[in-house]
Amino acid sequence: MELDPLILSRIQFAFVVSFHAIFPVFTIGLASFIAVLEGLAFKTRNPIWEKLSAFWTKVFAVVFGMGVVSGIVMSFQFGTNWSNFAQASANYLGPILSYEVITAFFLEAAFLGVLLFGRDKVPAGVHLFAAIMVATGTFISSFWILSANSWMQTPAGTELRDGVFYVTSWSEAIFNPSFPYRFLHMGLASFLTGSFVVAGVSAWYLLKGREVEANRKALSMCLWLLLFIAPAQAVVGDFHGLNTLEHQPMKVAAMEGNWETSRHVPLLLFAIPDQENQTNRFEIAIPSLASFILTHEWDGEVPGLNEVAVEEQPPVAIVFWSFRIMVGLGMLMILFAVTGLVLRSGGRYWRTGWYLQGLRFMSIAPFIAVLTGWFVTEVGRAPWLVYGMMTQAESVTPSLTGGMALFTLIGYIVVYALVFSAGVYYLMRVLYVGLEDKHDEDEHEAERPARPFSATHVPFEYGNDKPNNPANQGGH
Amino acid sequence: MELFDLPLIWAFIIGFGIIMYVLMDGFDLGVGILFPFAPNEESRDTMMNSVAPVWDGNETWLVLGGAGLLAAFPMVYSIFLPALYIGVFLLLAGLIFRGVAFEFRFKARTSRYLWNWAFAGGSTVAAFAQGAVVGAYIQGFETADGVYVGGALDWLTPFTVLTGLGILAGYALLGSTWLIMKTEGRLQEWAYRITLPLLAGVLVVFGIISVWTPFVDDMVRERWFSNLSVIWILPVLTLLCAFQIFRSVRNRFEGMPFVATMGLFIFTYLGLIVSRWPYVVPPEYTLWDAASAYESQLFLLLGLLFVIPIVLVYTAWTYWVFRGKVRAGEGYH
Repeated sequence: MELDPLILSRIQFAFVVSFHAIFPVFTIGLASFIAVLEGLAFKTRNPIWEKLSAFWTKVFAVVFGMGVVSGIVMSFQFGTNWSNFAQASANYLGPILSYEVITAFFLEAAFLGVLLFGRDKVPAGVHLFAAIMVATGTFISSFWILSANSWMQTPAGTELRDGVFYVTSWSEAIFNPSFPYRFLHMGLASFLTGSFVVAGVSAWYLLKGREVEANRKALSMCLWLLLFIAPAQAVVGDFHGLNTLEHQPMKVAAMEGNWETSRHVPLLLFAIPDQENQTNRFEIAIPSLASFILTHEWDGEVPGLNEVAVEEQPPVAIVFWSFRIMVGLGMLMILFAVTGLVLRSGGRYWRTGWYLQGLRFMSIAPFIAVLTGWFVTEVGRAPWLVYGMMTQAESVTPSLTGGMALFTLIGYIVVYALVFSAGVYYLMRVLYVGLEDKHDEDEHEAERPARPFSATHVPFEYGNDKPNNPANQGGH
Repeated sequence: MELFDLPLIWAFIIGFGIIMYVLMDGFDLGVGILFPFAPNEESRDTMMNSVAPVWDGNETWLVLGGAGLLAAFPMVYSIFLPALYIGVFLLLAGLIFRGVAFEFRFKARTSRYLWNWAFAGGSTVAAFAQGAVVGAYIQGFETADGVYVGGALDWLTPFTVLTGLGILAGYALLGSTWLIMKTEGRLQEWAYRITLPLLAGVLVVFGIISVWTPFVDDMVRERWFSNLSVIWILPVLTLLCAFQIFRSVRNRFEGMPFVATMGLFIFTYLGLIVSRWPYVVPPEYTLWDAASAYESQLFLLLGLLFVIPIVLVYTAWTYWVFRGKVRAGEGYH
């Protein structure tokens, strides 16, 4: 069998980025949550806020540590597997990625230490400031990354001469047409992720009757926030879709499973796209609704996949199904947010068992939504890497062989699987030990800063945590 | 329109970034390389503690170097990385294992030996890969139209294996002299003991490389044996540094061995640059050929001029905060 370096490189990049993406999408939201908790602690002097902040800072430290380690690989992948693309786009992407390092990484590095280890060493105001700076750093980081990604989707402010992109306007390139929608969509996704994870973990503690007062407060905050941002995400997503229709109509056609340009396009609830025969099987549809959503007119014309040659169509089934999973989870999130409001009367939200159980399972939902959404936008761009200007096939490293790509693909999977298992396992340990972790003062390791994980004192193995075990502690 | 020779300025910045990375991550990688040979588990705790507060700051220079190289010299970036494909993978895998070992080792009890191996193995693999990169650079790359066209393992030659071993020994020396400076008692005694054999190893390998290099490439031979005799000051200074390490270890100075080892690296590095200047992708492309667009170089330079001083001050401050000896069973206060 012939190994195709292009396909293997695509799988490899998708794997590495998907793996990496789940960490920042959580830490961005969590950093803001921690900053809010710190603000409340500073203002009200209520120790509950500080306790919550201290606990979630530990979780943040572990996830941030994993994110940093998995991120190192990415800045080198452009060169190893996509060297033609790297060389062509370096005039724009090089400075943008460098700006991410110098504006975001150094800001985070400088203030993370203060946030993790400075609680008793710097004035409360400084600690709050550090929390805000870390949160700001995560946003600056996503600003540059999404600018770079959006430029690849809707290139602007550059011109292609002899196979190399030259920047004609930095502002047009950075604030390219799809950037505002993507940035907002991703920002809200981060908040959704942070909220649902905190809500899910708090729900679990409440079910077990641990630290009820603090976890009730945390859950309440998350539910209020979700009430606003879950519907807001649907609206922003809709605008983002309209923007995509304008700039990348074939992506939208794939999302809708729409093979032919026509009016009165139905909204497909279910279908099995058949790219070979350029049609769908087993359609369940609502007539004209896609036309209405996309053009705001019942008989609006929607471009179909037949506008381009079959080779220029994205893989329809992946885009179609990823989109449905993302939207379905989005709906479920809104449902949970509204249910939370209903259960608020009489304070039932933190005592209703089935709801708390549901929230536990929902903590995984935003991650799946983010990944499937990411598949929609990235796979939907195929076969283009820089939309309309440079294909994936033109971008791949010329000297790359299938064997090499396969070797490193397997290598990264093995390395990440080992690291990820250790990381998730350890995260579970930290969650298991919970808010009651009173270990800080008597461990010398509390004094050793600069490694994110040093913020926690949870041992790696089960069975070593008897002093922290809530069963032995009688609450806290 | 082009007021400054920006590619030249960028060559200095990237060159500065590389030596900063080599010196800084060099000693903490070196500590990892020496890890399995430490006298006991308590020493290993101290060794890891001595670099824990600074290692990830050190590695940020690598990320900055990667991004900066893409921004300023995209041709170098897009030829080196494909040419060194397997080596880059080994480097990154090594750094990942090492990075998580820092996090998990202190949390682990029964599984601690696994993280010891992850730390030592990751450091060793990463250091060797870096040395092989240097060797591959001296060797040159097979290109056509600014694109790498060679094979996956072209970089792996007896020469690059030797440069890999050279860096391995060099980093170990940086590590051992760092430990002399940062520790005391039995661990420091051990560090004193291994430093001179390590120095001997480094001199032998560097010596072979120096003699071999001119035969690897005609241009390098010409550079060293033509009229440009002033550059012979560099190997002389390198040897003086080596002598200084020898003398200061004999006299039980604590800081000087590390400083002299850094000097040894700096002069060797300058010698390497002189050998190849101004070629950044030997044997064909100079730094001006490999540069990105003038506007792009300028756009990033403006940001860097503002940020680099802050980074240097911050870095210096971190080292200042964590100055002094590291003791077993005790963190920083």
